[in-house]
Amino acid sequence: MTIHNITSKGRFHNILAWATFIAVSVSIYMIFMWVPNEKVQGPVSKIIYFHISSAWLAFFAFFLVMVCSVAYLKTRDLKWDVIAYSSAEIGVLFTTIVLVTGPIWGRASWNAWWTWDHRLTTTLILWFIYIAYLMIRSSFSEEEKKARFSAVFGIIGFIDVPIVWMSIRWWRTIHPTVVSSGGFAMDPRMVATLLVSLLAFTLLFFYLLQKGIFILNIKNQTQIIKQKITEIR
Amino acid sequence: MINAMGISKTIGHKTILHNIHLHIKPGQFVTVFGPNGAGKSTLLKILSLVTKPSKGDLVIDGKNANNFADEIRKKIGVISHNTFLNENLTAKENLLFYGKMYGVTDLKDRIFDVLHQVGLELSMNEPVRTFSRGMQQRLAIARSILHDPAILFLDEPYTGLDPHAIQILNNVLAQLNADERTIFLITHNFEEGVNLSDRILFIVNGKIRYDGEKTAMSKDDLKNLYLMKVKDTA
Amino acid sequence: MNFFSGISAIIWKDLKAEFRTKQLLSSMLIFAVLTLIIFVFAFDPTKDVVRQVFPGMIWVCIVFAGVLGVNRSFVSEKQNDCLTGILLAPINRTAIYYGKTGGNLIYMAIVEVIALPLFAVLFNYNIPAASIFPLILVVFLGTLGFIAVGTFLAALTSNARSSEILLPIILFPVMVPVILSAVQATGAILSGAQTADWVSWLKILTAFDVIFLTVPVLLFEYVLEV
Repeated sequence: MTIHNITSKGRFHNILAWATFIAVSVSIYMIFMWVPNEKVQGPVSKIIYFHISSAWLAFFAFFLVMVCSVAYLKTRDLKWDVIAYSSAEIGVLFTTIVLVTGPIWGRASWNAWWTWDHRLTTTLILWFIYIAYLMIRSSFSEEEKKARFSAVFGIIGFIDVPIVWMSIRWWRTIHPTVVSSGGFAMDPRMVATLLVSLLAFTLLFFYLLQKGIFILNIKNQTQIIKQKITEIR
Repeated sequence: MINAMGISKTIGHKTILHNIHLHIKPGQFVTVFGPNGAGKSTLLKILSLVTKPSKGDLVIDGKNANNFADEIRKKIGVISHNTFLNENLTAKENLLFYGKMYGVTDLKDRIFDVLHQVGLELSMNEPVRTFSRGMQQRLAIARSILHDPAILFLDEPYTGLDPHAIQILNNVLAQLNADERTIFLITHNFEEGVNLSDRILFIVNGKIRYDGEKTAMSKDDLKNLYLMKVKDTA
Repeated sequence: MNFFSGISAIIWKDLKAEFRTKQLLSSMLIFAVLTLIIFVFAFDPTKDVVRQVFPGMIWVCIVFAGVLGVNRSFVSEKQNDCLTGILLAPINRTAIYYGKTGGNLIYMAIVEVIALPLFAVLFNYNIPAASIFPLILVVFLGTLGFIAVGTFLAALTSNARSSEILLPIILFPVMVPVILSAVQATGAILSGAQTADWVSWLKILTAFDVIFLTVPVLLFEYVLEV
């Protein structure tokens, strides 16, 4: 990799940036101006477009971490590690958004901030698992160990998610939940808005991912150059 | 005996070994010199099958290291500056453990043999914790030859040894050399071990910079040649 | 054949070394009992409500004591670089994992055999004879799951400078299904619930155990690389 092709972001990056900008603008317009409020819940129902989209992205991001972790262990090419790391960071960010928007919505519709609802609880554990992933990365200073151990954990963590989900769901069904999720009558316009915001968030994810990879590559490049300079001396 | 074909090792962004080709005949005694961080220990770890190379093939005793790792490992002994000994166990228990791991037959007799060879048969029921550095290192020598390896790798074995332990190590090496065992020694010490060796390698910055017979070269000549090679590459 | 003799050699060595000092076992045991006593001070044990959370308490004690033991299993091999000595031996990498897992399981079994009856005594808990076998089964499956994933992650964190801090942080979220299922099953059995009420938890525990005893076969060599 030469320095040039790493520091130039390429045309794809610009296209992605504009596409994301437009999609996010459209979805925000739809959410706040166009789509009607849910009858029972009122304006607070708008938060589900952010909540659901973030949740979808978080899962997608962690799936990508797992795929890149496998690819890294197979090829030992650090480019996979860069993607995995970047994806994990974004995943944690969106999980945080889910964990913040969930209680806000819950407070308005169920009159309780936190309900230990199985979806929210699984998301919380998911958040801890990927915080652990980031902790592993910060515990090792050598590039290679950082990449290898976090890749192993990236796989373990993802395998664990379905079991966490199942056990928490059974736990919640045995203890009757105080509040049920309740009906959520979906207007066709609401479905459309949800789909558009899913698309917008997905584009946003790829935009952030590319930005993250770009920054990490520059960091690595600086490291390599620094090392070369010390070697020449 | 050892045939390394184009071995490279990359760790992270750093390439530790560049395309190493090395052919070592059975019974050969090879001594490797090189500055710190030159990749000597990494090469030893690859040749002793602790680490896999990033690129290249390794054939030991006619067997490919990728497919027959465990068969090859049975024929390899390693002495390092670390002793690989559990300090809570006695000398005998340590050897029992390693003997079981290698599937050594007639283990009890064999343990007594090797302990006798390094002069520790009287302390065999003492915990290793109570041993001096020299005694621990002698036990490490016993551990490495317990399964009667055809190849012995030594990574800076002279570090921290008292003269008595050095003598025992040299005796063991001479014995193995006489038995036509292959020996691969890494050291900074131009005084010890070199006498026995028939081939000298210099490794600098992950590449073999010198490879030649030791014959008719005095220790001083060797030292000067080494310093020259290191300076050249710097 | 090599595989099993390697496993047994590692277990033999670890137990031999541990029983010479008994340092780890006694710390684990004392820690487990201390944790319970702190619970007793925090919540009044004579209240009925507290008796209902007894299953949760014993699992917290088991897990906290267990982390102490699991954490040592690979860190102890750093002394004199013993791990490299083991890696040189002609045994499969996976055998090292199973050997260490087996050793940890034995430590935990010893701690549990002493601590759990003691807990029942301290809380005046009358355990009906019929529920003893199911309880043993739950304790075994739960401990196995915890040790299976704990030993694996301990091998991973042993390479870090601050392994004793890192291990609980990465281990606890991953073992949520174990603690959840074990606590629920223990609670159901102790309250004399019907078999159908706790058997589904045993299924989750078994699934977790099988998965996390199998995954290391594929991933353990990456953790041990030097």
